[in-house]
Amino acid sequence: MKSVIAEHLVKTYRNGEVKALDDLSLDVEEGTVLGVLGPNGAGKTTTVRILATLLKPDSGIATVAGIDVIKHPDKVRELIGLSGQYAAVDETLTGWDNLVMFGRLYHLGKAASVKRAEELLERFSLTDSARRPIKTYSGGMRRRLDLAASLIVQPKVLFLDEPTTGLDPRGRQEMWGVIQELVKGGVTLLLTTQYLEEADQLADEIAVIDHGKVIARGTSDALKKQVGGERLEITVENADIDKTQEIVSRISTSAIHTDIRTISAPVTTGSIALMEALRALDEAKIHPLDIGLKRPSLDDVFLSLTGHVAEEEVIAQPVKKKRGGKK
Amino acid sequence: MKYVISDVMTITKRQLLQLARIPEVLVFSTIQPVMFVLLFRFVFGGSISTGQPGGYVQLLMPGIFVQTVAFTLAATAVGLAEDMKKGLIDRFRSLPISRGAVVIGRTFGDALLNILVLTVMAAAGYAVGWRPTSGSLSIALAFLFLFMFGYALSWIGIYVGLAVKEARTVQSVGFLVTFPLTFLSNAFAPTTGMPKALQYFAEWNPVSTMVAACRQLFGLKNEFGATASSWPSQHPLETSLLYMVLLMVVFIPLSIRKYKNTSN
Repeated sequence: MKSVIAEHLVKTYRNGEVKALDDLSLDVEEGTVLGVLGPNGAGKTTTVRILATLLKPDSGIATVAGIDVIKHPDKVRELIGLSGQYAAVDETLTGWDNLVMFGRLYHLGKAASVKRAEELLERFSLTDSARRPIKTYSGGMRRRLDLAASLIVQPKVLFLDEPTTGLDPRGRQEMWGVIQELVKGGVTLLLTTQYLEEADQLADEIAVIDHGKVIARGTSDALKKQVGGERLEITVENADIDKTQEIVSRISTSAIHTDIRTISAPVTTGSIALMEALRALDEAKIHPLDIGLKRPSLDDVFLSLTGHVAEEEVIAQPVKKKRGGKK
Repeated sequence: MKYVISDVMTITKRQLLQLARIPEVLVFSTIQPVMFVLLFRFVFGGSISTGQPGGYVQLLMPGIFVQTVAFTLAATAVGLAEDMKKGLIDRFRSLPISRGAVVIGRTFGDALLNILVLTVMAAAGYAVGWRPTSGSLSIALAFLFLFMFGYALSWIGIYVGLAVKEARTVQSVGFLVTFPLTFLSNAFAPTTGMPKALQYFAEWNPVSTMVAACRQLFGLKNEFGATASSWPSQHPLETSLLYMVLLMVVFIPLSIRKYKNTSN
Protein backbone atom coordinates (compact mmCIF):
# COMPACT_ATOMS: atom_id res chain seq x y z
CA MET A 1 0.00 0.00 0.00
CA LYS A 2 1.16 3.50 -0.77
CA SER A 3 1.21 5.75 2.28
CA VAL A 4 1.97 8.91 0.36
CA ILE A 5 0.84 9.69 -3.15
CA ALA A 6 1.44 12.94 -5.01
CA GLU A 7 0.22 13.25 -8.56
CA HIS A 8 0.92 16.02 -11.04
CA LEU A 9 1.56 18.67 -8.41
CA VAL A 10 2.02 22.15 -9.79
CA LYS A 11 2.85 25.16 -7.65
CA THR A 12 3.85 28.54 -8.93
CA TYR A 13 4.82 31.66 -7.04
CA ARG A 14 4.65 35.32 -7.94
CA ASN A 15 1.74 34.93 -10.36
CA GLY A 16 3.29 32.10 -12.29
CA GLU A 17 6.71 33.63 -12.73
CA VAL A 18 8.45 31.09 -10.55
CA LYS A 19 7.51 27.47 -11.04
CA ALA A 20 8.34 25.67 -7.82
CA LEU A 21 6.69 22.41 -8.79
CA ASP A 22 6.21 21.46 -12.41
CA ASP A 23 4.04 18.36 -12.64
CA LEU A 24 5.71 16.51 -9.79
CA SER A 25 4.56 12.99 -8.97
CA LEU A 26 5.89 10.62 -6.35
CA ASP A 27 4.75 8.01 -3.89
CA VAL A 28 6.03 6.25 -0.79
CA GLU A 29 5.31 2.62 -0.01
CA GLU A 30 4.09 2.01 3.54
CA GLY A 31 6.91 1.37 5.99
CA THR A 32 9.65 2.52 3.65
CA VAL A 33 11.86 5.58 3.36
CA LEU A 34 11.80 7.77 0.29
CA GLY A 35 14.67 10.18 -0.05
CA VAL A 36 13.80 13.24 -2.08
CA LEU A 37 17.12 14.44 -3.35
CA GLY A 38 17.77 17.71 -5.07
CA PRO A 39 19.70 20.96 -4.95
CA ASN A 40 18.44 24.16 -3.30
CA GLY A 41 15.37 25.49 -5.05
CA ALA A 42 14.52 22.17 -6.71
CA GLY A 43 11.10 22.06 -5.02
CA LYS A 44 11.80 19.76 -2.07
CA THR A 45 10.41 22.01 0.64
CA THR A 46 7.39 22.98 -1.45
CA THR A 47 6.59 19.29 -1.89
CA VAL A 48 6.81 18.62 1.84
CA ARG A 49 4.74 21.70 2.66
CA ILE A 50 1.98 20.55 0.34
CA LEU A 51 1.99 17.00 1.72
CA ALA A 52 2.00 18.32 5.29
CA THR A 53 -1.08 20.49 4.55
CA LEU A 54 0.77 23.79 4.95
CA LEU A 55 0.43 24.81 1.33
CA LYS A 56 -2.17 24.25 -1.36
CA PRO A 57 -0.95 23.26 -4.81
CA ASP A 58 -2.23 25.12 -7.88
CA SER A 59 -3.23 21.77 -9.32
CA GLY A 60 -2.66 18.09 -8.79
CA ILE A 61 -3.71 15.72 -6.04
CA ALA A 62 -2.01 14.35 -2.96
CA THR A 63 -3.00 11.80 -0.36
CA VAL A 64 -1.38 10.80 2.90
CA ALA A 65 -2.44 7.49 4.47
CA GLY A 66 -5.25 7.42 1.91
CA ILE A 67 -6.63 10.83 2.88
CA ASP A 68 -6.78 13.78 0.51
CA VAL A 69 -4.53 16.50 1.91
CA ILE A 70 -6.38 19.29 0.14
CA LYS A 71 -9.91 18.20 1.03
CA HIS A 72 -9.30 16.91 4.55
CA PRO A 73 -6.23 18.63 5.94
CA ASP A 74 -7.48 18.27 9.53
CA LYS A 75 -7.59 14.49 9.28
CA VAL A 76 -4.16 14.37 7.70
CA ARG A 77 -2.70 16.48 10.51
CA GLU A 78 -3.69 13.83 13.02
CA LEU A 79 -1.58 11.25 11.19
CA ILE A 80 1.62 13.06 10.32
CA GLY A 81 4.73 14.32 11.99
CA LEU A 82 6.70 17.18 10.47
CA SER A 83 10.18 18.30 11.34
CA GLY A 84 12.94 20.13 9.60
CA GLN A 85 14.14 23.39 8.22
CA TYR A 86 10.91 25.30 8.59
CA ALA A 87 9.04 23.55 11.35
CA ALA A 88 10.50 24.60 14.62
CA VAL A 89 10.16 24.66 18.35
CA ASP A 90 9.96 27.58 20.78
CA GLU A 91 13.56 28.54 21.50
CA THR A 92 12.85 30.55 24.62
CA LEU A 93 11.22 27.58 26.31
CA THR A 94 13.00 24.52 27.64
CA GLY A 95 12.97 21.17 25.85
CA TRP A 96 10.61 19.86 28.49
CA ASP A 97 8.25 22.86 28.11
CA ASN A 98 8.14 22.38 24.37
CA LEU A 99 7.37 18.68 24.38
CA VAL A 100 4.69 19.03 27.05
CA MET A 101 3.14 21.90 25.07
CA PHE A 102 3.08 19.86 21.88
CA GLY A 103 1.65 16.92 23.80
CA ARG A 104 -1.19 19.13 24.98
CA LEU A 105 -1.73 20.37 21.42
CA TYR A 106 -1.97 16.76 20.25
CA HIS A 107 -4.70 16.52 22.92
CA LEU A 108 -2.94 14.18 25.28
CA GLY A 109 -3.98 14.78 28.88
CA LYS A 110 -1.69 16.66 31.24
CA ALA A 111 -0.17 13.58 32.84
CA ALA A 112 0.14 11.78 29.50
CA SER A 113 1.86 14.81 27.95
CA VAL A 114 4.43 14.89 30.74
CA LYS A 115 5.00 11.16 30.53
CA ARG A 116 5.43 11.25 26.76
CA ALA A 117 7.76 14.25 26.97
CA GLU A 118 9.97 12.43 29.45
CA GLU A 119 10.02 9.28 27.32
CA LEU A 120 11.06 11.21 24.25
CA LEU A 121 13.71 13.22 26.08
CA GLU A 122 15.17 9.97 27.37
CA ARG A 123 15.05 8.32 23.96
CA PHE A 124 16.84 11.20 22.25
CA SER A 125 19.43 11.59 25.04
CA LEU A 126 18.13 15.01 26.04
CA THR A 127 17.12 14.30 29.62
CA ASP A 128 20.11 16.18 31.03
CA SER A 129 19.27 19.34 29.10
CA ALA A 130 15.49 19.03 29.45
CA ARG A 131 15.27 22.04 31.75
CA ARG A 132 17.42 24.33 29.67
CA PRO A 133 16.05 26.77 27.07
CA ILE A 134 16.43 25.45 23.51
CA LYS A 135 18.56 28.49 22.66
CA THR A 136 21.37 26.96 24.68
CA TYR A 137 21.24 23.67 22.74
CA SER A 138 23.76 22.67 20.10
CA GLY A 139 22.53 22.35 16.51
CA GLY A 140 22.32 18.59 16.80
CA MET A 141 20.41 18.67 20.09
CA ARG A 142 17.98 21.18 18.66
CA ARG A 143 17.27 18.95 15.66
CA ARG A 144 16.77 15.95 17.91
CA LEU A 145 14.29 17.86 20.02
CA ASP A 146 12.54 19.05 16.88
CA LEU A 147 12.31 15.46 15.72
CA ALA A 148 11.01 14.38 19.13
CA ALA A 149 8.26 17.00 18.86
CA SER A 150 7.06 15.40 15.64
CA LEU A 151 6.86 11.97 17.30
CA ILE A 152 4.56 12.88 20.20
CA VAL A 153 1.79 10.70 18.85
CA GLN A 154 3.17 7.84 16.77
CA PRO A 155 2.75 9.40 13.32
CA LYS A 156 1.72 7.15 10.42
CA VAL A 157 3.84 9.20 8.08
CA LEU A 158 6.81 11.32 9.03
CA PHE A 159 8.16 14.18 6.93
CA LEU A 160 11.70 15.33 7.57
CA ASP A 161 12.73 18.35 5.58
CA GLU A 162 16.50 18.52 5.34
CA PRO A 163 17.03 17.10 8.82
CA THR A 164 20.79 17.59 8.85
CA THR A 165 21.30 20.80 6.86
CA GLY A 166 23.62 23.07 8.79
CA LEU A 167 24.82 20.41 11.21
CA ASP A 168 28.48 19.60 11.74
CA PRO A 169 29.65 16.09 10.80
CA ARG A 170 29.18 14.81 14.32
CA GLY A 171 25.67 16.22 14.59
CA ARG A 172 24.87 14.69 11.23
CA GLN A 173 26.11 11.26 12.30
CA GLU A 174 24.02 11.44 15.48
CA MET A 175 20.95 12.47 13.54
CA TRP A 176 21.43 9.64 11.07
CA GLY A 177 21.61 7.20 13.95
CA VAL A 178 18.39 8.53 15.40
CA ILE A 179 16.61 8.36 12.05
CA GLN A 180 17.85 4.82 11.39
CA GLU A 181 16.42 3.77 14.76
CA LEU A 182 13.08 5.27 13.78
CA VAL A 183 13.08 3.51 10.46
CA LYS A 184 13.69 0.18 12.19
CA GLY A 185 10.50 0.89 14.11
CA GLY A 186 8.64 0.77 10.79
CA VAL A 187 7.61 4.38 10.26
CA THR A 188 6.87 5.58 6.73
CA LEU A 189 9.28 8.38 6.07
CA LEU A 190 9.66 11.00 3.40
CA LEU A 191 12.96 12.74 3.79
CA THR A 192 14.36 15.56 1.73
CA THR A 193 18.03 16.20 1.47
CA GLN A 194 20.62 17.88 -0.66
CA TYR A 195 23.26 15.46 0.56
CA LEU A 196 23.69 12.52 -1.74
CA GLU A 197 25.38 10.53 0.98
CA GLU A 198 22.43 11.07 3.29
CA ALA A 199 19.93 9.69 0.78
CA ASP A 200 22.27 6.77 0.19
CA GLN A 201 22.48 6.06 3.95
CA LEU A 202 18.85 6.45 4.95
CA ALA A 203 16.54 5.88 2.01
CA ASP A 204 15.14 2.67 0.53
CA GLU A 205 14.30 4.53 -2.60
CA ILE A 206 15.43 7.85 -3.99
CA ALA A 207 13.56 10.36 -6.10
CA VAL A 208 15.91 12.86 -7.69
CA ILE A 209 14.20 16.18 -8.31
CA ASP A 210 15.33 19.21 -10.20
CA HIS A 211 13.39 22.29 -11.30
CA GLY A 212 10.20 20.98 -9.71
CA LYS A 213 10.19 17.61 -11.48
CA VAL A 214 11.19 14.08 -10.58
CA ILE A 215 13.96 13.32 -13.04
CA ALA A 216 14.92 9.88 -11.81
CA ARG A 217 13.67 7.39 -9.36
CA GLY A 218 14.85 4.10 -7.95
CA THR A 219 17.02 2.48 -5.33
CA SER A 220 20.43 3.93 -4.78
CA ASP A 221 21.92 0.88 -6.56
CA ALA A 222 19.59 1.18 -9.52
CA LEU A 223 20.38 4.86 -9.94
CA LYS A 224 24.08 4.13 -9.84
CA LYS A 225 23.68 1.42 -12.46
CA GLN A 226 21.82 3.88 -14.62
CA VAL A 227 24.96 5.97 -14.76
CA GLY A 228 27.27 3.08 -15.55
CA GLY A 229 28.78 0.01 -13.98
CA GLU A 230 31.86 -0.50 -11.88
CA ARG A 231 35.34 0.65 -12.70
CA LEU A 232 38.60 -0.95 -11.76
CA GLU A 233 41.02 1.63 -10.43
CA ILE A 234 44.70 1.03 -9.76
CA THR A 235 47.21 3.57 -8.53
CA VAL A 236 50.91 2.67 -9.00
CA GLU A 237 54.39 4.19 -8.94
CA ASN A 238 55.37 6.14 -12.06
CA ALA A 239 57.77 3.42 -13.19
CA ASP A 240 55.00 0.83 -13.26
CA ILE A 241 52.42 2.78 -15.28
CA ASP A 242 53.12 1.25 -18.69
CA LYS A 243 53.20 -2.31 -17.40
CA THR A 244 49.99 -1.77 -15.41
CA GLN A 245 48.20 -0.35 -18.43
CA GLU A 246 49.14 -3.46 -20.33
CA ILE A 247 47.74 -5.70 -17.54
CA VAL A 248 44.50 -3.73 -17.35
CA SER A 249 44.04 -3.94 -21.10
CA ARG A 250 44.02 -7.75 -20.79
CA ILE A 251 41.14 -7.56 -18.29
CA SER A 252 39.03 -4.77 -19.70
CA THR A 253 38.29 -4.38 -23.37
CA SER A 254 36.91 -0.86 -23.07
CA ALA A 255 38.68 2.47 -22.97
CA ILE A 256 41.45 2.64 -20.42
CA HIS A 257 41.82 5.97 -18.72
CA THR A 258 45.05 7.11 -17.13
CA ASP A 259 45.07 10.06 -14.79
CA ILE A 260 48.60 10.78 -13.49
CA ARG A 261 49.34 7.49 -11.69
CA THR A 262 45.81 6.11 -11.57
CA ILE A 263 44.74 3.72 -14.27
CA SER A 264 41.04 2.99 -14.53
CA ALA A 265 38.79 1.03 -16.85
CA PRO A 266 35.19 -0.19 -16.85
CA VAL A 267 34.76 -3.85 -15.91
CA THR A 268 31.77 -6.15 -16.06
CA THR A 269 32.92 -9.04 -13.89
CA GLY A 270 33.30 -7.17 -10.62
CA SER A 271 35.46 -8.84 -8.00
CA ILE A 272 36.70 -11.48 -10.46
CA ALA A 273 38.28 -8.72 -12.50
CA LEU A 274 39.80 -7.34 -9.32
CA MET A 275 41.37 -10.68 -8.41
CA GLU A 276 42.68 -11.17 -11.92
CA ALA A 277 44.31 -7.78 -11.78
CA LEU A 278 45.86 -8.48 -8.37
CA ARG A 279 47.29 -11.79 -9.54
CA ALA A 280 48.75 -10.27 -12.69
CA LEU A 281 50.27 -7.38 -10.79
CA ASP A 282 51.78 -9.75 -8.26
CA GLU A 283 53.34 -11.87 -11.02
CA ALA A 284 54.81 -8.72 -12.54
CA LYS A 285 56.15 -7.74 -9.09
CA ILE A 286 54.17 -4.51 -9.13
CA HIS A 287 52.96 -3.27 -5.75
CA PRO A 288 49.96 -1.02 -6.29
CA LEU A 289 49.60 1.99 -3.98
CA ASP A 290 45.85 1.60 -4.18
CA ILE A 291 43.55 -0.80 -5.93
CA GLY A 292 39.80 -1.22 -5.90
CA LEU A 293 36.47 -1.37 -7.59
CA LYS A 294 34.82 2.04 -7.75
CA ARG A 295 31.09 2.24 -8.05
CA PRO A 296 29.63 5.54 -9.24
CA SER A 297 28.61 7.81 -6.37
CA LEU A 298 25.29 9.58 -6.23
CA ASP A 299 27.26 12.67 -7.16
CA ASP A 300 28.01 11.00 -10.47
CA VAL A 301 24.32 10.11 -10.75
CA PHE A 302 23.26 13.68 -10.22
CA LEU A 303 25.81 15.03 -12.60
CA SER A 304 24.86 12.66 -15.37
CA LEU A 305 21.11 13.25 -14.85
CA THR A 306 21.07 17.00 -14.58
CA GLY A 307 24.30 18.11 -16.14
CA HIS A 308 25.23 19.95 -12.99
CA VAL A 309 26.51 19.05 -9.55
CA ALA A 310 23.91 18.99 -6.81
CA GLU A 311 25.34 21.28 -4.18
CA GLU A 312 26.92 23.83 -6.42
CA GLU A 313 23.99 24.97 -8.48
CA VAL A 314 23.19 28.05 -6.47
CA ILE A 315 26.75 29.30 -6.45
CA ALA A 316 27.52 28.28 -10.02
CA GLN A 317 24.94 30.48 -11.72
CA PRO A 318 26.09 33.93 -10.63
CA VAL A 319 29.70 32.97 -11.40
CA LYS A 320 28.69 32.20 -14.99
CA LYS A 321 27.02 35.58 -15.36
CA LYS A 322 30.10 37.33 -14.05
CA ARG A 323 32.28 35.68 -16.63
CA GLY A 324 29.86 36.64 -19.38
CA GLY A 325 29.98 40.23 -18.20
CA LYS A 326 33.74 40.43 -18.38
CA LYS A 327 33.80 39.47 -22.02
CA MET B 1 -13.79 21.46 17.92
CA LYS B 2 -14.15 20.29 21.50
CA TYR B 3 -10.48 21.05 22.05
CA VAL B 4 -10.68 24.73 21.13
CA ILE B 5 -10.53 25.95 24.73
CA SER B 6 -7.73 23.58 25.70
CA ASP B 7 -5.74 24.57 22.56
CA VAL B 8 -6.17 28.27 23.28
CA MET B 9 -5.15 27.77 26.89
CA THR B 10 -2.05 25.83 25.89
CA ILE B 11 -0.95 28.63 23.56
CA THR B 12 -1.65 31.28 26.20
CA LYS B 13 0.28 29.25 28.73
CA ARG B 14 3.20 29.08 26.34
CA GLN B 15 3.34 32.86 26.31
CA LEU B 16 3.26 33.09 30.07
CA LEU B 17 6.01 30.48 30.23
CA GLN B 18 8.06 32.61 27.85
CA LEU B 19 7.71 35.51 30.28
CA ALA B 20 8.80 33.26 33.11
CA ARG B 21 11.84 32.05 31.12
CA ILE B 22 12.89 35.54 30.04
CA PRO B 23 11.78 37.83 32.86
CA GLU B 24 13.62 40.75 31.20
CA VAL B 25 10.68 41.08 28.81
CA LEU B 26 8.35 41.49 31.75
CA VAL B 27 10.62 44.02 33.41
CA PHE B 28 11.05 46.14 30.30
CA SER B 29 7.40 46.05 29.26
CA THR B 30 6.53 47.57 32.65
CA ILE B 31 9.51 49.91 33.01
CA GLN B 32 8.81 51.74 29.77
CA PRO B 33 5.28 52.92 30.69
CA VAL B 34 6.42 53.82 34.19
CA MET B 35 9.21 55.87 32.65
CA PHE B 36 6.65 57.68 30.49
CA VAL B 37 4.55 58.45 33.57
CA LEU B 38 7.54 59.96 35.35
CA LEU B 39 8.87 61.87 32.32
CA PHE B 40 5.57 63.46 31.37
CA ARG B 41 4.62 64.12 34.96
CA PHE B 42 7.82 65.96 35.80
CA VAL B 43 8.83 67.42 32.42
CA PHE B 44 5.48 68.73 31.17
CA GLY B 45 3.62 68.69 34.44
CA GLY B 46 5.23 71.91 35.63
CA SER B 47 4.61 73.94 32.50
CA ILE B 48 1.15 72.85 31.36
CA SER B 49 -1.49 74.52 33.44
CA THR B 50 -4.90 72.98 33.67
CA GLY B 51 -8.13 74.04 35.23
CA GLN B 52 -8.43 70.68 36.94
CA PRO B 53 -7.85 70.24 40.62
CA GLY B 54 -4.82 68.04 41.21
CA GLY B 55 -2.96 69.37 38.19
CA TYR B 56 -1.64 67.87 34.94
CA VAL B 57 -1.08 64.37 36.26
CA GLN B 58 -4.85 63.86 36.48
CA LEU B 59 -5.21 64.51 32.75
CA LEU B 60 -1.97 62.77 31.91
CA MET B 61 -2.68 59.37 33.44
CA PRO B 62 -5.64 58.47 31.19
CA GLY B 63 -3.53 59.55 28.22
CA ILE B 64 -0.61 57.37 29.24
CA PHE B 65 -2.84 54.40 29.99
CA VAL B 66 -4.30 54.56 26.49
CA GLN B 67 -0.91 55.13 24.88
CA THR B 68 0.55 52.13 26.65
CA VAL B 69 -2.16 49.70 25.65
CA ALA B 70 -1.91 51.06 22.09
CA PHE B 71 1.83 50.41 22.05
CA THR B 72 1.34 46.75 22.98
CA LEU B 73 -0.07 46.28 19.48
CA ALA B 74 3.51 46.33 18.23
CA ALA B 75 4.57 43.68 20.76
CA THR B 76 1.79 41.37 19.60
CA ALA B 77 2.78 41.87 15.98
CA VAL B 78 6.51 41.39 16.59
CA GLY B 79 5.95 38.24 18.64
CA LEU B 80 3.84 36.70 15.92
CA ALA B 81 6.21 37.72 13.13
CA GLU B 82 9.07 36.06 15.00
CA ASP B 83 7.09 32.86 15.41
CA MET B 84 6.39 32.92 11.69
CA LYS B 85 10.00 33.48 10.78
CA LYS B 86 11.35 30.79 13.05
CA GLY B 87 8.90 28.24 11.68
CA LEU B 88 6.93 27.78 14.85
CA ILE B 89 3.73 28.82 13.11
CA ASP B 90 4.35 26.15 10.47
CA ARG B 91 4.70 23.56 13.18
CA PHE B 92 1.46 24.73 14.81
CA ARG B 93 -0.28 24.63 11.46
CA SER B 94 0.80 21.04 10.93
CA LEU B 95 -0.86 20.00 14.20
CA PRO B 96 -4.45 18.84 14.53
CA ILE B 97 -5.50 21.93 16.48
CA SER B 98 -8.39 24.30 15.90
CA ARG B 99 -7.51 26.97 13.38
CA GLY B 100 -8.04 30.06 15.46
CA ALA B 101 -6.36 28.71 18.59
CA VAL B 102 -2.85 29.97 17.91
CA VAL B 103 -3.83 33.59 17.31
CA ILE B 104 -6.61 33.67 19.89
CA GLY B 105 -4.21 32.21 22.46
CA ARG B 106 -1.70 34.93 21.69
CA THR B 107 -4.25 37.73 22.13
CA PHE B 108 -5.17 36.23 25.51
CA GLY B 109 -1.54 36.10 26.57
CA ASP B 110 -1.04 39.72 25.53
CA ALA B 111 -4.22 40.70 27.36
CA LEU B 112 -2.92 39.13 30.57
CA LEU B 113 0.32 41.03 30.17
CA ASN B 114 -1.72 44.22 29.69
CA ILE B 115 -3.47 43.67 33.01
CA LEU B 116 -0.13 43.53 34.74
CA VAL B 117 1.20 46.60 32.94
CA LEU B 118 -1.92 48.63 33.75
CA THR B 119 -1.66 47.63 37.41
CA VAL B 120 1.98 48.70 37.66
CA MET B 121 1.21 51.98 35.91
CA ALA B 122 -1.70 52.74 38.17
CA ALA B 123 0.58 52.24 41.15
CA ALA B 124 3.23 54.51 39.59
CA GLY B 125 0.56 57.13 38.85
CA TYR B 126 -0.67 56.96 42.40
CA ALA B 127 2.85 57.48 43.66
CA VAL B 128 3.21 60.73 41.68
CA GLY B 129 -0.11 62.19 42.71
CA TRP B 130 -2.77 60.70 40.46
CA ARG B 131 -6.07 60.51 42.36
CA PRO B 132 -9.22 59.52 40.45
CA THR B 133 -12.18 61.23 42.08
CA SER B 134 -15.04 59.09 40.80
CA GLY B 135 -16.50 56.03 42.49
CA SER B 136 -14.83 52.63 42.42
CA LEU B 137 -17.38 51.32 39.93
CA SER B 138 -16.48 54.04 37.43
CA ILE B 139 -12.81 53.43 37.97
CA ALA B 140 -13.29 49.71 37.39
CA LEU B 141 -15.22 50.49 34.22
CA ALA B 142 -12.39 52.71 33.01
CA PHE B 143 -9.92 49.87 33.43
CA LEU B 144 -12.31 47.50 31.70
CA PHE B 145 -12.42 49.95 28.79
CA LEU B 146 -8.62 50.11 28.69
CA PHE B 147 -8.36 46.34 28.82
CA MET B 148 -10.91 45.92 26.04
CA PHE B 149 -9.27 48.57 23.90
CA GLY B 150 -5.92 46.79 24.27
CA TYR B 151 -7.57 43.52 23.35
CA ALA B 152 -9.24 44.97 20.26
CA LEU B 153 -5.96 46.52 19.14
CA SER B 154 -4.06 43.28 19.64
CA TRP B 155 -6.07 41.88 16.73
CA ILE B 156 -4.62 44.58 14.49
CA GLY B 157 -1.25 43.45 15.84
CA ILE B 158 -2.06 39.87 14.85
CA TYR B 159 -2.99 40.96 11.36
CA VAL B 160 0.11 43.12 10.92
CA GLY B 161 2.35 40.37 12.28
CA LEU B 162 0.94 37.82 9.85
CA ALA B 163 0.95 40.20 6.90
CA VAL B 164 4.39 41.74 7.27
CA LYS B 165 6.32 38.68 8.53
CA GLU B 166 9.69 40.39 9.05
CA ALA B 167 9.99 41.25 12.74
CA ARG B 168 12.04 44.40 12.25
CA THR B 169 9.66 45.75 9.63
CA VAL B 170 6.78 44.91 11.92
CA GLN B 171 8.36 46.95 14.67
CA SER B 172 8.62 49.97 12.38
CA VAL B 173 5.10 49.55 11.03
CA GLY B 174 3.85 49.28 14.60
CA PHE B 175 5.49 52.56 15.50
CA LEU B 176 4.30 54.25 12.32
CA VAL B 177 0.75 53.37 13.30
CA THR B 178 0.82 53.94 17.04
CA PHE B 179 2.98 57.04 17.31
CA PRO B 180 0.86 59.40 15.20
CA LEU B 181 -2.29 57.88 16.66
CA THR B 182 -1.26 58.57 20.22
CA PHE B 183 0.19 62.02 19.61
CA LEU B 184 -2.48 63.30 17.21
CA SER B 185 -4.88 63.05 20.08
CA ASN B 186 -5.92 64.75 23.26
CA ALA B 187 -3.72 62.44 25.30
CA PHE B 188 -0.96 64.89 26.28
CA ALA B 189 -1.97 68.34 25.10
CA PRO B 190 -5.11 70.19 24.03
CA THR B 191 -6.09 69.61 20.42
CA THR B 192 -7.00 73.30 20.08
CA GLY B 193 -3.44 74.19 19.19
CA MET B 194 -3.40 71.89 16.15
CA PRO B 195 -4.18 72.94 12.55
CA LYS B 196 -7.85 72.54 11.72
CA ALA B 197 -7.49 69.35 9.68
CA LEU B 198 -5.50 67.66 12.44
CA GLN B 199 -7.98 68.83 15.03
CA TYR B 200 -10.70 67.09 13.10
CA PHE B 201 -8.62 63.91 12.96
CA ALA B 202 -7.77 64.18 16.64
CA GLU B 203 -11.41 64.51 17.62
CA TRP B 204 -12.34 61.28 15.85
CA ASN B 205 -9.17 59.44 16.72
CA PRO B 206 -10.07 56.39 18.82
CA VAL B 207 -7.18 57.24 21.14
CA SER B 208 -8.83 60.60 21.89
CA THR B 209 -12.24 59.10 22.48
CA MET B 210 -10.68 56.48 24.75
CA VAL B 211 -8.74 59.11 26.68
CA ALA B 212 -11.87 61.26 26.97
CA ALA B 213 -13.87 58.24 28.12
CA CYS B 214 -11.29 57.38 30.79
CA ARG B 215 -11.10 60.97 31.97
CA GLN B 216 -14.84 61.02 32.30
CA LEU B 217 -14.82 57.73 34.19
CA PHE B 218 -12.04 58.93 36.48
CA GLY B 219 -14.17 61.97 37.36
CA LEU B 220 -12.60 64.73 35.24
CA LYS B 221 -14.01 67.32 32.89
CA ASN B 222 -12.79 66.50 29.41
CA GLU B 223 -10.75 69.63 29.19
CA PHE B 224 -8.45 68.65 26.33
CA GLY B 225 -11.29 67.85 23.94
CA ALA B 226 -11.29 71.17 22.12
CA THR B 227 -14.30 71.34 19.89
CA ALA B 228 -16.65 70.29 22.59
CA SER B 229 -19.57 70.25 20.21
CA SER B 230 -18.29 67.32 18.08
CA TRP B 231 -20.11 64.03 18.47
CA PRO B 232 -17.17 61.91 19.63
CA SER B 233 -16.20 64.35 22.37
CA GLN B 234 -19.82 64.57 23.47
CA HIS B 235 -20.14 60.80 23.60
CA PRO B 236 -16.66 59.41 24.29
CA LEU B 237 -17.89 56.21 25.94
CA GLU B 238 -20.25 55.28 23.13
CA THR B 239 -17.75 56.20 20.42
CA SER B 240 -14.98 54.20 22.08
CA LEU B 241 -17.20 51.19 22.49
CA LEU B 242 -18.22 51.47 18.86
CA TYR B 243 -14.58 51.60 17.77
CA MET B 244 -13.69 48.53 19.82
CA VAL B 245 -16.57 46.49 18.45
CA LEU B 246 -15.76 47.65 14.95
CA LEU B 247 -12.09 46.72 15.28
CA MET B 248 -12.91 43.26 16.55
CA VAL B 249 -15.63 42.61 14.00
CA VAL B 250 -13.23 43.50 11.21
CA PHE B 251 -9.90 42.18 12.44
CA ILE B 252 -10.81 38.93 14.21
CA PRO B 253 -12.21 37.19 11.10
CA LEU B 254 -9.62 38.86 8.89
CA SER B 255 -6.74 37.69 11.09
CA ILE B 256 -8.03 34.14 11.49
CA ARG B 257 -8.46 33.88 7.74
CA LYS B 258 -5.00 35.28 7.18
CA TYR B 259 -3.60 32.72 9.61
CA LYS B 260 -5.32 29.84 7.82
CA ASN B 261 -4.05 30.90 4.42
CA THR B 262 -0.63 31.98 5.50
CA SER B 263 2.41 30.40 3.95
CA ASN B 264 5.96 31.51 3.52
